[in-house]
Amino acid sequence: MPARDSLRSLVLSVLILVVLLLAWHIATIPTTGAQVVDEEYAKLVGAQAATGQKSAFPTPLDVGKKLVEQLSDPFYDRGPNDKGIGIQLAWSISRVGLGFLLAAVVAIPLGFVIGMSRVVFKALDPFIQVLKPISPLAWMPLALFTLKDSNISAIFVIFICSVWPMLINTAFGVASVRKEWMDVSRTLEVNPLRKAFLVVLPAAAPTIMTGMRISIGIAWLVIVAAEMLVGGTGIGYFVWNEWNNLSIANILVAVFLIGVIGMMLDMMFARLQKAVTYRD
Amino acid sequence: MSIFSNPFDSNIRLRCSCGQHASEAEHQAEKGRFSDKNHESLVNNVVEQGVMRALFPSDTMRRRFLKAVGAPTAIAAVSSIFPMALAREAFAQGTGQLEKPNLKVGFIPITCATPIIMADPMGFYKKQGLNVEVVKTAGWAVIRDKTLNKEYDAAHMLSPMPIALTLGVGSTATPYTAPAIENINGQAITLAMKHKNNRDPKNWKGFKFAVPFEYSMHNYLLRYYLAEHGIDPDRDVQIRVVPPPEMVANLRADNLDGFLAPDPVNQRAVYDGVGFIHLLSRDLWDGHPCCAFAASKEFITANPNTYGALLRAIVHATAYAQKPENRKEIAAAIATPNYLNQPVTVVEQVLTGTYADGLGGVKKVPDRIGFDPFPWESFAVWILTQMQRWGQIKGSVDYQKIANDVFLATDAKRLMAEAGMTPPTASTKTFVMMGKTFDPSAPQAYLDSFKIKRS
Repeated sequence: MPARDSLRSLVLSVLILVVLLLAWHIATIPTTGAQVVDEEYAKLVGAQAATGQKSAFPTPLDVGKKLVEQLSDPFYDRGPNDKGIGIQLAWSISRVGLGFLLAAVVAIPLGFVIGMSRVVFKALDPFIQVLKPISPLAWMPLALFTLKDSNISAIFVIFICSVWPMLINTAFGVASVRKEWMDVSRTLEVNPLRKAFLVVLPAAAPTIMTGMRISIGIAWLVIVAAEMLVGGTGIGYFVWNEWNNLSIANILVAVFLIGVIGMMLDMMFARLQKAVTYRD
Repeated sequence: MSIFSNPFDSNIRLRCSCGQHASEAEHQAEKGRFSDKNHESLVNNVVEQGVMRALFPSDTMRRRFLKAVGAPTAIAAVSSIFPMALAREAFAQGTGQLEKPNLKVGFIPITCATPIIMADPMGFYKKQGLNVEVVKTAGWAVIRDKTLNKEYDAAHMLSPMPIALTLGVGSTATPYTAPAIENINGQAITLAMKHKNNRDPKNWKGFKFAVPFEYSMHNYLLRYYLAEHGIDPDRDVQIRVVPPPEMVANLRADNLDGFLAPDPVNQRAVYDGVGFIHLLSRDLWDGHPCCAFAASKEFITANPNTYGALLRAIVHATAYAQKPENRKEIAAAIATPNYLNQPVTVVEQVLTGTYADGLGGVKKVPDRIGFDPFPWESFAVWILTQMQRWGQIKGSVDYQKIANDVFLATDAKRLMAEAGMTPPTASTKTFVMMGKTFDPSAPQAYLDSFKIKRS
């Protein structure tokens, strides 16, 4: 894209942001009504209830203030149930990382095997097709029941949700390596291990990377829900805890940060994907 | 009459027909009794009462006995057949080494858990030499699973849960115990603002209600209340299970017409202007149990000293919480983000009983919530009748045995067994619910007397 166009799109992005924030601001301007109840009662209820309304959505300014507040002290630790947002994010990222890594360790070799052999592919296909669409959170009660540890269960849920895209993409990538290249390697009598690492892997790498990129995206989606379910630590727990407190502003802060981290994870894999892409 | 009274006083009644006290005057006097310094005598009373209850299943008999021989003789007589001092010591001093000083106790962020929570910031656990980490948990099912997984050594549960666990209703059957009730009263029915002129339950057909869990006092109380007004809780209305923190959000979104929920949820709905308090659960049944402190039988038998210390910490915290003048201090200690994560005023209104009702009025109900650790077995029997009534358990039920096994009516029973005695029948009492008397000795007749039921 020429420089002029990217400048234009940047301006447009900023414009959209400003319009959105403005609309939000206007929609949430508190209507300053007269206090409809007596002094004693007003002290016992929130400001909104005292003026006879339901409490409203926070304004962008409220959320901004909360964001600064959370980010200015992200690593505080006041007991097991009250930790800074940085610590919570670190917990979530570590869970996702561990579950994802385990999934990669299982899915990529398995995908290789499946991709190499049409028979295995056909045999395993029905299992994969049935297991793939199960919501990872449906595994949660089962995991808690069998693994008997909430932390391991959360990691298991990440594992199970990120294993499928990687498995399928690896198998697909391996299976669709160009026939000519395989023929060449056969002609040169390359041993199977060498063939796998020097021919098939580089050829399938872009497809495998795509699978990994999809997986990490799903894993990050799922961790928030999983942590809301089991609680304890993590950004999902943070959201749940603030929901408990009905603090919409804090939830929005978390939502924003979840988005930013998700984007960063995706960008990381996009880079990796670019690095292994080749032109035929 | 509460667990902290002196059982060697012939003037008090160990069984009373009303909620927790023989009379309102006694109830008031009771509240002034506990002080931090007499914790020792408090624990002694708990033990002695358990023993006396066990020895004299009929309260009239105990009073006659005391009147006839006098308290000092009675103490001597009872001590001669039962080593009271030993029992007291075993219970109060925690003679042995703590098997497991580092514990994890799970809780749900509601005011029912007050004793469990406050024992942490206010040092009740430390005083017993325990290092307890209290962990906030997302819901009852999770707390159940984490306790079954042994991630938690003990936990805050709804009082029907240990019974359901023991019976294997909704989970694998695991012997569970409720050595202490946390709180009595302290729940409320909250309705959405739009129903403020529709307070007669007879008009509530088609309403959508929420309760925190299937096996909860909330579920049974709400069903009872609706059924008494001729509304069939299964056919005329919808009762959903919604975790407490989501209740206010759902009420605001018009997904619910009301809920019978633990506090601070009710007060929070008022605070946010989305609902009003229709009635307090004490208006349905004054002195009903709500949540319990629960531990698996395995934990109790494997770690008797730790369990003793833990239970002592809870009993002390409960006694401290029962005192009205401590309530503000407690509210400030537990409203923080680490525990309940609520505005202090919300928690304070719940604990002090001076609260905004959501309709512009300020009400003063000092016994909105009370704290009394004694696990009356009659509570368990009542819960079982309701589980049967709504079809959660089928067939005939050995009420007394299950109640005995689960609700440990003071550890005196265990101590008696250790001392080589046969623990006699347990303590029970009758109570009145919405004008109807419940007699724990005739649960089947009570069950049969309901018009609306599933079994």
